[in-house]
Amino acid sequence: MAEPLRDTSAMDWREEGVLLAVRKHGETSAIIDVFTESRGRHAGVVRGGTSRKIAPILQPGAQLDLAWRARLEEHLGAFAVEPLRSRADLMGARDTLAALNAVTSLLAFVLPEREAHPTLYQRTLSVLDMIGDGDFWKLGYLRWELALLDDLGFGLDLGRCAVTDRSDNLVFVSPKSGRAVSRAGAGQWADRMLPLSPALVGQGEGSDADVLEGLTVTGHFLGQHFAPTLGDRPLPAARQRFVDLIARGLRREGGGQ
Amino acid sequence: MMARLPGLGPRSARRAVLFLIKKRSILLGPLADAMRQVADTARECLNCGNIGTTDICEICRSEKRGNGELCVVEDVADLWAMERSGVFKGRYHVLGGTLSALDAVGPDELRIPKLVDRVKSEEIQEVILALNATVDGQTTAHYIAEQLEGGVRVTSLAQGVPIGGELDYLDDGTISAALRARKSV
Repeated sequence: MAEPLRDTSAMDWREEGVLLAVRKHGETSAIIDVFTESRGRHAGVVRGGTSRKIAPILQPGAQLDLAWRARLEEHLGAFAVEPLRSRADLMGARDTLAALNAVTSLLAFVLPEREAHPTLYQRTLSVLDMIGDGDFWKLGYLRWELALLDDLGFGLDLGRCAVTDRSDNLVFVSPKSGRAVSRAGAGQWADRMLPLSPALVGQGEGSDADVLEGLTVTGHFLGQHFAPTLGDRPLPAARQRFVDLIARGLRREGGGQ
Repeated sequence: MMARLPGLGPRSARRAVLFLIKKRSILLGPLADAMRQVADTARECLNCGNIGTTDICEICRSEKRGNGELCVVEDVADLWAMERSGVFKGRYHVLGGTLSALDAVGPDELRIPKLVDRVKSEEIQEVILALNATVDGQTTAHYIAEQLEGGVRVTSLAQGVPIGGELDYLDDGTISAALRARKSV
């Protein structure tokens, strides 16, 4: 009797992906976390990953050609990696490196393993390509955090007031529901609301101050939704460093005037 | 126990042990004495983190090395690599690692506060950040530069084409770094 054909695509596949994190494994190998379009966040061993030849390739943010193989689908498996594109140019400046670290560490923190997020993957590629380019890349980063929340099912609803259902005079975000609230709707709870940055709703000039205000809101919801389910771990320090850097830049600008 | 050393597996450890036993008088005895001496005397320099036989290492004690330059390295192996080149004549500061979100290594786990103290107390004019050209290494370099901002000149090692390197074999990140750091000939 002929053996049934086995679908090996789950145990042997090849795809492009962004490297999120690297951990040393034993003396010569490394375990990497990558983000791919159709397989989401995926881990695997890279044999010889700490060697002089491969270690420079395995830097967070690098675009890699990945060939993954395992005996069973649920195994950790091993990657063969080829570099497609390094993002080493982002290491040159403080703010771009901080943004790169924030993107990769947040993805490694919040994404469940082996769950496809194709839209978020495309948004991630866009934001990584945008970092350091032009005047509005920090606004692009904020939009990416909004997309991250949205893609994982915690999108903010900033179109209408949660209390009055009106779309004018929206100035707050409810820290519980993530919905916009107008000044009139907030009433006596105004002091408990988060500010609705114009950058969150595609208004304003996309200044660093607006972006910072927007990051306060996205940071609140990232912490609220993901920290409890991930063992109450705080958000990655890399994100906070990026936020601090923007705040420091604004203080310096303010002091210089 | 030998098999627990880096680079040795059980088989190679067995080979090494048998070899040592065969060469008992010329190798095993002197090696055991040397290791006993290291175990008794080796310690971390309280000032820079280098490994020596006294509380304050030779480099920190030498007045000749107090030229106002301080080279910051990730670990002792990097310090020894710099010393092998014989080019740097100042003092060192060993961090003991790099910032890493994944391994939960923050500034407090490294010797960064001690570095800030040394810059003030030893009248340092230039801090040279000789950290690895990796994401973690450069994140640490930028963090240190922030901590020292305004007080002292902070520089970092150049990045680019290595001696004997061929452009064809370089990755695009190295080429772009080299191009940015080009100089007149």
